[in-house]
Amino acid sequence: MPEGKFCNKKPVDTAEGITQLLSDTSGNTYYKEMKELTVDSDLLWKTIQNTCKSRIRTWLEICAHCGMCAESCFLYQVNGRDPKQVPAYKIQSTLGKIIQKKGKVDNAFMRHAMEVAWSQCTCCNRCGMYCPHGIDTGIMFGYLRGLLYQQGFVPWELKIGAGMHRVYNAQMDVTDADFVDTFEWMVEEYEEDYPGLTVPVDKEGADIMYTVNAREVKHYPEDLAEAAVLFHMAGENWTVPSKGWEETSLAMFAGDWAACKIQVESVYAAMERLKPKRMIGTECGHAHRATVIEGPYWAGRKDGLPPVESIHYVEWLAEALNTGKLKIDPSKRIKELVTLQDSCNYIRNQGLKQATRDIMKHIVEPGYFVEMSPNKEHNYCCGGGGGFNGIGLYRKQRNIALIKKRDQILATGAKLVLAPCHNCWDAIRDLEEEYDIGIRWSFLKPVIIKMLDIPDHLKPEE
Amino acid sequence: MHDLLTGVFFWIALGVCLIGMLARFIMYFRGLSWQLDRVAYTSHPAAGVKGAVRSIYKWLIPFGTYGWRTQPFIAVAFFGFHIGAVLLPFFLLGHTLFLKEKLGISFISLNATVADGLAWAAVISAFFLVLRRLVLPEVRIMTTLQDYFILLISIAPFATGLLARYEIGNYSFWLNMHIFCGELLLIAIPFTKLSHVFLFFASRAQLGMDFGIKRGGMKGTKMAW
Repeated sequence: MPEGKFCNKKPVDTAEGITQLLSDTSGNTYYKEMKELTVDSDLLWKTIQNTCKSRIRTWLEICAHCGMCAESCFLYQVNGRDPKQVPAYKIQSTLGKIIQKKGKVDNAFMRHAMEVAWSQCTCCNRCGMYCPHGIDTGIMFGYLRGLLYQQGFVPWELKIGAGMHRVYNAQMDVTDADFVDTFEWMVEEYEEDYPGLTVPVDKEGADIMYTVNAREVKHYPEDLAEAAVLFHMAGENWTVPSKGWEETSLAMFAGDWAACKIQVESVYAAMERLKPKRMIGTECGHAHRATVIEGPYWAGRKDGLPPVESIHYVEWLAEALNTGKLKIDPSKRIKELVTLQDSCNYIRNQGLKQATRDIMKHIVEPGYFVEMSPNKEHNYCCGGGGGFNGIGLYRKQRNIALIKKRDQILATGAKLVLAPCHNCWDAIRDLEEEYDIGIRWSFLKPVIIKMLDIPDHLKPEE
Repeated sequence: MHDLLTGVFFWIALGVCLIGMLARFIMYFRGLSWQLDRVAYTSHPAAGVKGAVRSIYKWLIPFGTYGWRTQPFIAVAFFGFHIGAVLLPFFLLGHTLFLKEKLGISFISLNATVADGLAWAAVISAFFLVLRRLVLPEVRIMTTLQDYFILLISIAPFATGLLARYEIGNYSFWLNMHIFCGELLLIAIPFTKLSHVFLFFASRAQLGMDFGIKRGGMKGTKMAW
């Protein structure tokens, strides 16, 4: 049985297809079928010839096998320094082998490559900073994921996730109507405390177009209201698009490049339709990477930039606090040891380290902010990045991966962790659940709302 | 024999090395793709060049990067080997005379004591680089026969050069061996992992452009290599 009913080379692009795939609990049948899936070696080799150009080929060729990347990888560190976890080994023994064999690899090899690509690398790109030759293994793993996806060797949840983007232009089954309704409903809920609070939908020419993570709509709708409150308090002229509101891309984690393009183009279409001055995305790392950093390339934009200037939520917050658009009541600042999680996707991958530190200066009483070590672009992945958090098959490996962040947090002595990234937030929640170290964790929005110095005209009437 | 090695063989080795390097260098940059690599190389040349230059020079400075600082042992062995490997071929007194005669280019010559020091440092460092491969599990797992072969042909010119230098045994035999090993090395450069002698700059420049253009450089953030 080469192509399974659930596990096959065809992307899911209908709502029925998604429902059917979801009905296979934990992907049990899916993974059984995967053992029978044939490898289309001709397609694999043809794809490599068309897409694997000098950068990756040179990386694979000049790798000196020096092992300097080993210690840079948190997964190597937390897995007993197993030499099989050395980044260079991981990529040479998977992508390197596939190329060496000109695509003639078997089913067992592909399943092994899948395990390495999704459970032994979170595409955090830290190793790239420690290689004398500038070899970025994380980028190569992203590429390998694309090859594996094309052949149907992709974790069940990510096949579903990529399918969601194809069907709903969102990472989960949240429709455009769900999004607008939920946002409006949440704003109504908060309106009493914040008179005049609204959510302007599809307003043309606004200063800010705000995009979100579909999880907020489905699981944390208060986050939407909090965003509205902060824009309202800052006096911003903002809007949300009724279509093209989803900033995330599980398709990127899955290696489904066609779906990545579909997804990001839905956001760019909203930008072109509403012509905002700027786009601001929510407190999510991979969403920013997908829509702002990598997205322009999927959409074929030669200058590598989105249609309008697009910034991360932390950049807007830092700006609003620095310029006094948002004012903090100094008596309400955080007065306990607090640490900050640097998200790989916008700190290492877009250098936004200063923005979050500016924010900390405003919201933490001097002397209470403790940096993790290492930090900024040298920080370690939360342990759940690159889709790792969401893959049931690799839950055990993911839980081991959390150890690095757990130990980093413990070393700060802080009991409060600010994590302006959905993936990091989830990973830190899970590490508390798993290892019970007695910490609390939060996005920035709820923390800042509690300490705002609200101007009189925006206060509710007594 | 000596005439052959310093004559036609020298020209062949030099020609293969230079033409090979040039061809591969051109092929590398021609093979870069803004869309597949997801780096807008040509749209932001200034940011790209800035990133590329930083990415290269930081790594050329001993202990100039986090990578070198966190792993001092390999950093010392690495620079111990490479400083000699880069300087001696051009600036050793015997070499400068030879290059002047052959190519008409005159380089300044290294003081003999310094040159001896560099050569010994290279040999000793190479020994430790081999030792690392044998002892450290994270290096051993990836090490192939080719890696040892590369180390062997890289160290052979130093070893034979030192044997000739101290006239251990037959001087002219070791001198000829030294020239032969050097030429072998030149020929191997474009076709083996030794291509890193020039592709290092290409690869570092590429990642530097990536950081300079896409990953923070245009936001005004300097990558802390």
